[in-house]
Amino acid sequence: MAQEVVGLKAQLKEKENDIAALKKKLAQLEKSHTSALELRERVTPLTPLKAKAALCNEDIMRYSRQLLLPELGVKGQLNLSKTSVLVVGCGGLGCPLAQYLAAAGIGRLGLLDYDEVELSNLHRQVLHGEENQGQAKALSAANAVRRLNSTVECVPYHLQLSPENALQLIQQYPASQSSAYIYNVPTRYLVNDACVLSGKPLVSASALRMDGQLTVYNYCGGPCYRCLYPVPPPPETVTNCSDGGVLGVVPGIMGCFQALEVLKIASGQRSSCSQQLVMFDAQDARFRSIKLRPKQASCAVCGENPIVTRLVDYETFCGSAATDKCRRLNLLPRDQRITVQDYKSIMDKAEPHLLLDVRPLVEVDICHLPISLNIPLSSLEERKSEHIQLLQERISQLKQQMAGDRHPPVYVICKMGNDSQTAVQVLEKLSGSEVDSISLKDICGGLMAWSRKIDPTFPQY
Amino acid sequence: MAASVAIQLEFGGGAELLFNGVKEHHVTLPSQTEPWDMKQLLVWIQRNLLKERPELFVQGDSVRPGILVLINDADWELMGELDYQLQDQDNIVFISTLHGG
Ligand SMILES: [Zn+2]
Repeated sequence: MAQEVVGLKAQLKEKENDIAALKKKLAQLEKSHTSALELRERVTPLTPLKAKAALCNEDIMRYSRQLLLPELGVKGQLNLSKTSVLVVGCGGLGCPLAQYLAAAGIGRLGLLDYDEVELSNLHRQVLHGEENQGQAKALSAANAVRRLNSTVECVPYHLQLSPENALQLIQQYPASQSSAYIYNVPTRYLVNDACVLSGKPLVSASALRMDGQLTVYNYCGGPCYRCLYPVPPPPETVTNCSDGGVLGVVPGIMGCFQALEVLKIASGQRSSCSQQLVMFDAQDARFRSIKLRPKQASCAVCGENPIVTRLVDYETFCGSAATDKCRRLNLLPRDQRITVQDYKSIMDKAEPHLLLDVRPLVEVDICHLPISLNIPLSSLEERKSEHIQLLQERISQLKQQMAGDRHPPVYVICKMGNDSQTAVQVLEKLSGSEVDSISLKDICGGLMAWSRKIDPTFPQY
Repeated sequence: MAASVAIQLEFGGGAELLFNGVKEHHVTLPSQTEPWDMKQLLVWIQRNLLKERPELFVQGDSVRPGILVLINDADWELMGELDYQLQDQDNIVFISTLHGG
């Protein structure tokens, strides 16, 4: 009898445990199911963020290690949960930024990006995975962030920020906000002006090659982006990541730094980066902070007599298009350019010619066509004597293979078909003086067009 | 005659690429009747250090938009910009602003 009681009690206990486990599983499923992420293609009103009165036990457990910091504490944690942050760009900076904001328990995260995930993003955009290729970056980032902390409300936006939608969007992120990986100059001015007009701080960072920079604009009476840069840089002086390259961890460090400043502002501490430029030199492993000029009375948007009182056309203002995509130059007349198909047939017919690759050596090391001669554009521009000599030798060899006194044909190639045109213009001046007369043409679209249209096994980079 | 001025020049954020990738330059500006100012320094840099494509560094008699100039770790706007008179051992930094991410 007593034994039977003990047995039944044990069975009952086991069933109770099963029931508890099933209930927990159901609750988790329901939680993830009810908040299916909706990718927004335009700006629509959001419901106000619900303010938490107190932390629940799960919150206390999750955030315990940061709650112990007197700088944050329960008050700071509650402030974070009341804050909405818009992350402009889910790239190399936006990924770690969104990740740490979500991990720390920010209330709402707007994740904006117009692009899809590509293989060449993954070395630095660490929220996305191989299986997300082709997916909208905003959605991929939102899903990754939700796996990390399902209590953070994520709003993915697959749209391009424009003067028409920027204010409406930025106004929806009320408390403290807007951090940007902003990939181009017009968008930088657009986001700055929208932040000034709606009174939000802008935690802005950038990274290129082995360098990073960070400043908090329009915060606590400090300067805005326009105070520092009233005039946009000439478009030809702007290098983006696909031209200049970037080591993935560098935007990673700067994105983490942005997260830090956003968390300080959002929790009620102060950012110390207003009117400061923080520079990171990854080569020398050195951070350096520079005191910037104060808010300028003459500033066009935040000054005493602002000229910019609504958003304007930023592409015209900056003289360049607001996409990260590469610019296409047209420096040469049509008859001085050939297509990759034309060049393929010249190769197939084994017509005597010289193929001159004008990319920098670091790119030639990545990939090149086997018969090409490499002389970087910069060497041509500087008229480096050893390179001019080398070119002359190859032209002489070519002349010996050719019948008649036709000028030997030289085809110039680069990555995208911009530098090759500049190189043709430089070589035109050398032809007939510093080297024998040659007939010059450039190959439209460069090696990337070769890879797309002629030889898919040729790598894209 | 003002004495010669020894200063350190630094280029960063990609601006060093206009100077053969060299970030730090220790230079001595020769003695001249007038004291050296930033305006004269820019001319001196163009003549002595900048080898190619000056349009990527200067515009008119100042630096091109998008380059920040720092004098002893402060924005040159706080120091008088082009009129700042160089002192021996000054540290002048030229930073190109970045736009990638
Ligand atoms: Zn301003």
